[in-house]
Amino acid sequence: MLEIRDLRAKVTDGDGEDILKGLSLEIGTGEVHAIMGPNGSGKSTLASVIAGKPDYEVTGGDILFEGVSILEMKPNARSHIGLFLAMQYPSEIPGVRPWQFLKAAMDAGRAARGEDALSVRQFSKIFDEAVSHSGINPDLMKRSLNEGFSGGEKKRNEMLQLAILKPKLAILDETDSGLDVDALRTVADGVNALRSPERSFMIVTHYHRILNHITPDRIHVLVRGRMVRSGGAELALQIEDEGYDSIIKQAAGA
Amino acid sequence: MTTAIASRGERYASDYRALIESFGSDGASWFTETREQAWAEFARLGFPTVRRGNELWKYTNVRPIDQAEFVHGAGEVEQVAADLVKSTCPWDDAWTTLTFVDGRFQERLSNLTKQAGLRAGSLADAMHSDRAAVELHLGRHAPYTGDAFRSLNTAFLTDGGFVQVDAGAEIEHPVHLLFITSTSLASRATYPRILWVSGENSGATLIETYVNLAETAQLTDSVAEIVVGDGARVRHYRVQIEHEKSHHIGIERIYQSGHSTYTSTSYATGPAVGRYDIHNLLDAPGGECTLHGLYLTTNRQHQSNEISTTHAKPRCTSHQFFKGVLAGRSQAVFSGKVVVAVDAQKSVAAQKDLNLLLSHGAEIDTKPALEIYADDVKAGHGATAGYVDPDAMFYMQSRGLSADEARAMLVRGFVSEIVDEFEPEALHAYLERKTEEVMPALLAAAD
Repeated sequence: MLEIRDLRAKVTDGDGEDILKGLSLEIGTGEVHAIMGPNGSGKSTLASVIAGKPDYEVTGGDILFEGVSILEMKPNARSHIGLFLAMQYPSEIPGVRPWQFLKAAMDAGRAARGEDALSVRQFSKIFDEAVSHSGINPDLMKRSLNEGFSGGEKKRNEMLQLAILKPKLAILDETDSGLDVDALRTVADGVNALRSPERSFMIVTHYHRILNHITPDRIHVLVRGRMVRSGGAELALQIEDEGYDSIIKQAAGA
Repeated sequence: MTTAIASRGERYASDYRALIESFGSDGASWFTETREQAWAEFARLGFPTVRRGNELWKYTNVRPIDQAEFVHGAGEVEQVAADLVKSTCPWDDAWTTLTFVDGRFQERLSNLTKQAGLRAGSLADAMHSDRAAVELHLGRHAPYTGDAFRSLNTAFLTDGGFVQVDAGAEIEHPVHLLFITSTSLASRATYPRILWVSGENSGATLIETYVNLAETAQLTDSVAEIVVGDGARVRHYRVQIEHEKSHHIGIERIYQSGHSTYTSTSYATGPAVGRYDIHNLLDAPGGECTLHGLYLTTNRQHQSNEISTTHAKPRCTSHQFFKGVLAGRSQAVFSGKVVVAVDAQKSVAAQKDLNLLLSHGAEIDTKPALEIYADDVKAGHGATAGYVDPDAMFYMQSRGLSADEARAMLVRGFVSEIVDEFEPEALHAYLERKTEEVMPALLAAAD
């Protein structure tokens, strides 16, 4: 579903060197991949670049989604074809309630795909069901989107959007950071509930904890903008036991 | 003085004389002396085109008004269809509505629903039939002295609304004073006038609406005097739907007695030169005054807001809160002033102005001014001006919204705080519609 070929990227209009220095990986349909690595490795940058964040520019390579390059596509167009980025620091949108925002998002995607917009009733049904499954406090839905939400509540709200928009590829950017044990379980449950042969996940995480609840098909380790190791789920245990240093040493020796 | 200026002055003068003559012997002659004095004052002052050193007009360039040729006074009044009124203006059959077209009262377009304790009608009629009641307050709170637009309005005063709320009355439905500018003349000046007197312990709602149907350079120079009696409550909504070739000067003077409550929320879309000049005098203890508003400007529009409250007596509370959305190369001004007199102890005053700038060419001048002479006072102020948050934009776009859709959503969210203060349902729905109508002009002129 997702193919990243020798991807290079840096900060837009910046003088610095590339943050991503030639990354390649493939995520098949129905697969769950984890991207791990120490701080500053470029994990979040990778997630942002795939979603089309204007803060970064691609300086080489390609990103293909279902065989088609998405580099020239705007962020909303990428969403319409089935990409979703659950953010590390979700923005507050004052004066706009979650229901309103999500209906507009859903309608925009449907319009782009030539589908009719959902009626208010149809959407409310989907919305209410998703809220009750998400573990999010329903009172928060009366507030403006993300306004005054705690870190954990913001992440739960990202999972709520994921459940409603049902993307083909969901990228979770450090979704587990700052979460307590219960919130972590909720996020993991949310992912597992949406796991299907038609859907893929890219879970960007620093810690192995979430991988105790979500079993990945593959784990990739990023260090300073380069993929230094790819492996199966057991790689998580090695990182847990020995930290990133052992991986880095092995990669250097290889 | 150049020839051009002299001939403009002559035009005004001849229109003024024609107006006086049209009143003949019948026209509320007791007011003629005031009129003549007001005219002399305008002739003396001229328009405030000299801005340097002129604190009140520093940021507002009235040259376009000074240089324009307006037809003043009478002129033909266009027949506007009732359907057009209902589709272009806020309307609710439950309200008591007085409709004015080009400054003249139109009974056929009004809805004079009687409400117990309410007397509402044409000011021109009242100046004949109810002289004492009018004379008691007219010009007392918004005198013609010292200001070109007040003096011009007083000199050319033709008609407007005169509303009296009886002591103790609770007026259930809003009183709507609706002023429409028609397309009948390319360049007309109208001078709407409002006199509102609330008796003790009464409660009422005023909706003051200005809708300009013309797409040419019109001038509206309106003055409203609102007198709030002891313990009375007035909820005031002011709506200004203007065209960017026209000019709009809206002057409001509110006089508050003891333990009275006055709450005002305004909504303004940008004229070429616009000014909302509102001043509350809290002249007895325990009064509460709330002045809120929203202004939306784009292209090269200008909207200045002179928002001022004077705490003349102790233990009054005032709250000023304005929001603006600016696009294109438009300009808005928020000049918020609070004066607390030396004996006005235990005054509480707050002031806030928040602005969302959609383009880098837009400009907001925000000028808070607190003049505090008492020593036991709580007063605070704050103002912000910010551009659209790029992270919020990316967040919304990553969920599928286009850049325009995302910006529109942010604007809607930002203005909703003030728009939601308009409680009458029909009025709220109208303003949501107007916001959607002006949205393309805001987005087109966004960066």
